[in-house]
Parts: sequence; structure tokens; C-alpha cells
Amino acid sequence: MTAIVQDDVDEKRRRVLLIATAAAGAALGGATAVPFLASWLPSARALAAGAPVDADISRIEPGQQVTFEWRGKPVWVLRRTPEMLDQLPKHDGVLVDPQSNDSDQPAYAKNPTRSIKPEVLVAVGVCTHLGCSPTLKKEIGAASDMGADWPGGYYCPCHNSRFDLAARVFKGSPAPKNLVIPPHRYVSDALVVIGEDTKGA
Amino acid sequence: MAVLNKPPVTGAGRFNGVLTWVDQRFPLVRMWNEQLAQYYAPKNFNFWYYFGSLALLVLVIQITSGIFLTMNYKPDAASAFASVEYIMRDVPGGWFIRYVHSTGASMFFVCVYLHMVRGLMYGSYRKPRELIWIFGVMIYLALMGEAFFGYLLPWGQMSYWGAQVIINLFGTIPFIGEPLAIWIRGDYNVSDATLNRFFALHVIALPLVLLGLVAAHLTALHEVGSSNPDGVEIYDDIDPASGHPRDGIPMHPYYTIKDLLGVAVFLIVFASIVFFTPEMGGYFLEANNFIPADPLKTPPHIAPVWYFTPFYAMLRAIPPMFQSQFPGVAVMGAATMILFLVPWLDRGRVKSIRYRGPKYKAWFTIFVISFLLLGYLGVEPTTVWGEFSKGLPIVGGDYIALWVARVLTVFYFGFFLLMPWYTANDREKPQPKRVVW
Amino acid sequence: MRNLLAIVLVALTLPALAEEGGPQLERAPIDPHDRISLQRGAQIFVNHCLNCHSASLMRYARLEDLGLSEAEIRDNLMFTTDKVGDTMTTAMDTKIAKAAFGVVPPDLSLIGRSRSPDWLYSYLRGFYRDPATKTGWNNTVFPNVSMPHVLSEQQGVQGLEVTRRMDEETGDAKVTTRLVMERPGSMKPVEYDHYVADLVNYLAYMGEPAQQSRRHWGILVLFVLAGFYVLTAMLKKEYWKDVR
Repeated sequence: MTAIVQDDVDEKRRRVLLIATAAAGAALGGATAVPFLASWLPSARALAAGAPVDADISRIEPGQQVTFEWRGKPVWVLRRTPEMLDQLPKHDGVLVDPQSNDSDQPAYAKNPTRSIKPEVLVAVGVCTHLGCSPTLKKEIGAASDMGADWPGGYYCPCHNSRFDLAARVFKGSPAPKNLVIPPHRYVSDALVVIGEDTKGA
Repeated sequence: MAVLNKPPVTGAGRFNGVLTWVDQRFPLVRMWNEQLAQYYAPKNFNFWYYFGSLALLVLVIQITSGIFLTMNYKPDAASAFASVEYIMRDVPGGWFIRYVHSTGASMFFVCVYLHMVRGLMYGSYRKPRELIWIFGVMIYLALMGEAFFGYLLPWGQMSYWGAQVIINLFGTIPFIGEPLAIWIRGDYNVSDATLNRFFALHVIALPLVLLGLVAAHLTALHEVGSSNPDGVEIYDDIDPASGHPRDGIPMHPYYTIKDLLGVAVFLIVFASIVFFTPEMGGYFLEANNFIPADPLKTPPHIAPVWYFTPFYAMLRAIPPMFQSQFPGVAVMGAATMILFLVPWLDRGRVKSIRYRGPKYKAWFTIFVISFLLLGYLGVEPTTVWGEFSKGLPIVGGDYIALWVARVLTVFYFGFFLLMPWYTANDREKPQPKRVVW
Repeated sequence: MRNLLAIVLVALTLPALAEEGGPQLERAPIDPHDRISLQRGAQIFVNHCLNCHSASLMRYARLEDLGLSEAEIRDNLMFTTDKVGDTMTTAMDTKIAKAAFGVVPPDLSLIGRSRSPDWLYSYLRGFYRDPATKTGWNNTVFPNVSMPHVLSEQQGVQGLEVTRRMDEETGDAKVTTRLVMERPGSMKPVEYDHYVADLVNYLAYMGEPAQQSRRHWGILVLFVLAGFYVLTAMLKKEYWKDVR
């Protein structure tokens, strides 16, 4: 005579209870995992450091570019001259994505100048290839060291990607997409908040 | 190949194929049978038998919550305290992970102490289970070390001064004490060097030691099988028809399911503390530890965390001798080390307290009360019960709590040191042949 | 076994024999659910405490817990910075503070946990005029504190009345002290008590901003665990029918 006697075992009840308990246990386990996984989300400190940046653009001369830092990345503000703006529509044929259909920009920057104000370009200065920061080559044509038909733009030294003055990528570049335009909002002509969307745009 | 000639796995439904593949390459079925489905344990386990599996659960909880704390904690004297508050405030869910870990630390000791009481009460350490007990005492010591190292990490006032006091105790060891204390600290005072090495010990070194010791503890247990509240050896009575002990039941499903019930109750207690009273009145999280460590200002009242206080009370009870605090340190050390000797101090014929005589029961009661009361005295300052009036002989003018602690320390050691005598000369009841069901 | 349990339980009541010590503390009448009180307390804190003390572990943005919008936080509670994600730092230089007070005013982020709300409530109402100290102030709860009575304008100026009596039996001198209002402030005592209660409520919140969240989750978790317990108990009972 052993200690276990299995006469008249209600197998159905056992199966129901087993499944119910297993399901409850799995749910509990999953629920417990939530705060642990959530702890990997950006903390309040990261969010604070990633907060929008106030950029004072009042003193940027035409043709001048200033770099601001937002979320650890360089954001360029370039005040384009009329001559620079004139170059923009002239070379759609050598651009990968002249209409910016595949690139990353807010709706209010999906236009020929990729900006809110035509003369002010706000772009994230990180090459869409592998993340180096391109250099501004603003001289147009023979005055630049980029060849006689250079319309002004950016040159990435790492793998030779080139972008125009609306940050659109040239064909032949390793970079697949135009540079990213960050969300931004004009508080006034002198102050743009980088990292905040323009509402109702 | 001959190796692949094992019978296929059956009874696992749609998983039979995969499990057969694994079993041909890994002793899956054998382990399942030897450790669970065909591992027979006495059927009469009671409330006291939950705490082994619960201690294992708490170990898993501590390792998991500890890993996630390490992702945000900074073991640097300048940033440690703030990093803990960063976890509490800025990290999503961080407060939950921290409270799980602080509650788990105390609950680990609750489970381990109750588990040890079970061992003492039911003679679980008796032949052939002495080695299980020895591994168990080693786990207890490693756990105390783990708790001690971990407590420095928040770098609060209690963390700092508690570490300072305990390390200074090592400094009282004759001849080698001072250089030893400096070597432990890595500095002349508890400092960043101490914090960093305690971090390494707490996060990886001692957890590995604990895991190894727990594995050894369980291996030794499965080699000889569990004892039970009646002290009966179930393997002495095998049922010829099945080949299994008459009073045994397979671990799976009976004890896997029963232990799951224990886990459910434990989680209710655990969650109540984590969500409603994580500080536990200052016993689990001390108020003074919310002040950053200040090497220049000692808090008015230092006490170790509750699980160390019985030994702290013993330490304080022994007066300095030969201008050294070392006797108190030695007594405190002996109080833990004496546990190793229990299997050989016990000369009784029966294993379980159920069948012991009045002498053993009296001493066991005295031991439990002494330990609890010493624990209370360790939490409070020595002034807690006032002083004897000055006129009395010997004790005149001394703190009452001091003398009570001395008496209790004597009782504590008496339980162990007199055990060979009172267990051999006691009016025991006959131990039954079969378990009482 | 039952006797053992009884004796142990009796032993556990011995803590009641412990002697009382330390200053008498009054219960702080705070309600952590009262968001309006917490908002008032936040305003008092920012206006009166942040001048000398920092709360460098507390972010302004977290005050949304109290039912405030980001705009409300910016307009009413932020003076030293305009970034709502910043922590509450003080404008006072630590060297100047040390020179002025002899000690750097401690950071108050955790004062609600290291000192209990009762302590803080009694402390903020326990200042009295004492010409013997450096600041001219002393405190019944924290003797010889380096902090002056920042809220004296609201509470008024208290003095300490010391009465000496000779105990006829033992011949010992019995000294009793009592705070008396010497010069009333802008608030009546009851008003000041509410004012301090708001501040202490806020300090208690600031010590552990997750407290409310923790309790709410706890209720849910315990319900779920109770259900899990019922399931495991039923499962155990069912299978243990086999054990004879």
C-alpha cells in the first residue's frame, strides 16, 4: 500500500485547474516583467536632457551656419542667401529624392526648401549613411573645391556622400536618404525651438 | 549509434518529438524522473517545510531585481546615493525594482531563519544529513556577507557607519587586526575604494558562491532524501509492489503544486510589504539611510539591520577585556560557527522535537526566546530598559539591558554546549516507525 | 508547540517596556491625497526654502503628479531655471551658505523620509527667540539648530517660558518649558498650522513621489494575487486527494 491512491480521479477538473493556474501564473509573470522592461525606457533624466532646445537665430548672417545640440546630435541652422535658394530647383536630375518622398521630415518641411521659412534651413547634421557629420561647402561653382557645377551643399568626409543646400542627397552617394529635418517651431523670427513641432501645420 | 537507443519520450503530447531529440543528447528524462517525478519525499511535510523552496524563490527574485538595479546604480562614492534616488524617481518602474530588492533582502532572512528553525526542530541535520546542514550553515554565512556588502551600496549614513563599525571589529583581532582592517577597506577609512570592491563582491562574487552552495545543498539533499516532522526514515519501509517508500509521495506533482501554494501566500505577504510598507517601520529601510554618508558625523544611534541584531547584542554584552573589544567579536563569531557542530552535539535517540523529552523542549524554548530577545536588544540602545539602582551588588548602576543580554548569551550558548548532556539524558518518547498522518 | 508559541508571543510584547526619549512630537495633520494642499506646499517650498536649500533629486516636471500642468509649473514654481526637466537647485552658493550659517543647508529632497512628517511639523512650529544663539533663534525639536526662523513673518515670534518647580518628595528640580507667542505674525496660530501642514505634506510627497502610485498598484496586485492564491489552493486540494 503506497501513499498515493488514485481511485476516482476527476481528470477533467484537474486539467481545468492546471490550465487555469498555468494561465494565471503566466499572466502574473508577464505582468511582473512589465516594470523591469519599462525600466529600459528613457528615464526622466534622459527625457530632460532630450528636451527641446531654444535656438537664438537672430545673429546668424545670411550665408552663415550655426550648430546647436539637440538629443546629443548636431542640428544646423543655415541662413540661406537668395543666390543659394536660386540653386535649389536646378538640379533635380542628380538628386536621389528631389521631392523628399522617402526622407524624414515633418509635414511642414516637405517642400522645395525643406523648411518653414524659405531662407532658414534647420537640419540634423548627421549623414544618413553611417552617422558622420558632413561639412558645409557653401561656395557655389568654381569658387568651391567641389567642381564647377557644385550648387553649394554638404560633403561627408567619411564615405563621400554629398547633399545640397536643402540637405537633399546627390546620386552616387552612399547615403540613401536626404538629411533628417527635426521637428521645430518658430516662437518669433529670432527664436526657433528645435525639438517641438509647429502646431496646426 | 548505440547512444541514440533510448526509448522515445511519451506523454508530452505534441512535444514528444522535440523532447525525444533533446533527451537523446541531454539527460532530460533521467533528470525529470530522478529529481521530480520519481523523487519521493515524505508525505507529512507541514508549514515549516515551505521555507526551503521559498528561500530559493527569494534568491531568484534578488538576482533578477539586482541585475536590473545594477543597470542604473553607480558604485562611486560621489554618485552612489544619487543613483539610488535616480532609480527611485527617474527610472520608469525603478521604485518597484528597488523595493523588491530591499524587501527581498529581509524576506530572505525570514525564510532562511524559519528554514533553520525547522532543521533544528525536526533534527534534519542528523545522520546521514550532516553535510546538507553544513552546506546550509555555509549558505547562511555567505548570505550574511552578501547582505553586509550590499548594505554599503546605497551609501547612506547607516550604510557608511555600519560598515565602519563592522570592519573595525575585524581590527580588534590581535596582532593582525589593524592591517587586516586597512586591507579590507583598501583605505584608512571606509571610502570609494571600499564601496567599489563591496560592489563587486555583492553583485558577482558572493552570488556565484551562493548559487554553488545552494546547488551543493540540494544535491546532498537529493542523495539521501528529506527527513520529516516525525523523524522517520521513509526509505526504511519500501512497498514491495511499487518499489517506493510507503510513506513517500513523488515530488511532482504533489510537492510542486503544494510549493506553488506556498509561493502564492508568500507573494501576498511580499507584495503587501513592497506596495504598502516597504520601510517596515524603519526595519527594512532605515530612516537614517536617506541621509547621504557623512564621514564627519556619526548618527546618534547605529544599529545593524534586524537580521544581524541578535549577534550585535551578544557583541555589546561582552565587556572589553585586556583593553580590547576582541572577546566580544570572538563570542559573536563563535555564535555563528557553533552551528556547524550541531549534528555532533546532538546525542538524542529521536530526531524530532515531537518525541524529545522535557529537557530538550525546555532548552529549545529558551534558545528561541533568547535569540528573539537578543534580536530586540540589538535594535535598541543599551539604555532601553534603564539602570539598576546603584546600591545593588555586581549589577549596581549598570544598564538592565546589558545584564539581560549577558544572561541571554549564556542561554544561547547553553543550548548548544549542553546539548550533548541533555539530549543523552532525556525522557524521550519512542520514535514511530511510520509517519503520523 | 502551542506553549512555545504562547511564550514567544508574550516575549514579543516586551518592547512595550522600552523607555521614551527625545522631544515630544505632534502628529502632522497631512493628507497625501489632498492635491490642493500639496500644490500650496510646493509653492511655499519654492518661495521660502529653495533660497538656501536645494532639492537636487526632485525635478520640476515631476510636479505634474500634483495635478499641475507644465505651464502652471513654469509660471508659479520655477524661478532659477526655465527648463521644466531640471532639478530643484538653489541659487545660494555653498561657500557663502557655510560662512553665513556655519553649515551648508542640507538638501531637502529626502527630508520627508529621514525625518518623519511629525518631526518636520513639530520642528517648523517649534522655533523660539533665543539671544544666546548665533542666529538669535533656537528650536524645541532641534536644539541649537543653525537655521533661522524663515517663517517668523507668518508665525510670529515665540519665546520659551521655563518654569522651575521643586518636587517635594525627591527634592529634585522639575523643569518644564512651554512656547508662548511674544509677537504675533501675519497668520493666526491655526492658520499657521495649516500653512506648515501644507509644506510638510509637500515635503513628505517630495521624499517619495511614487508613494501614491505604489499604493494604487498595490491594491490591484493584491487582488490579483488573492485570486492566484485561490486557484493554487484549489489545485493543491484536488491533487492531494490522492495522498492517503
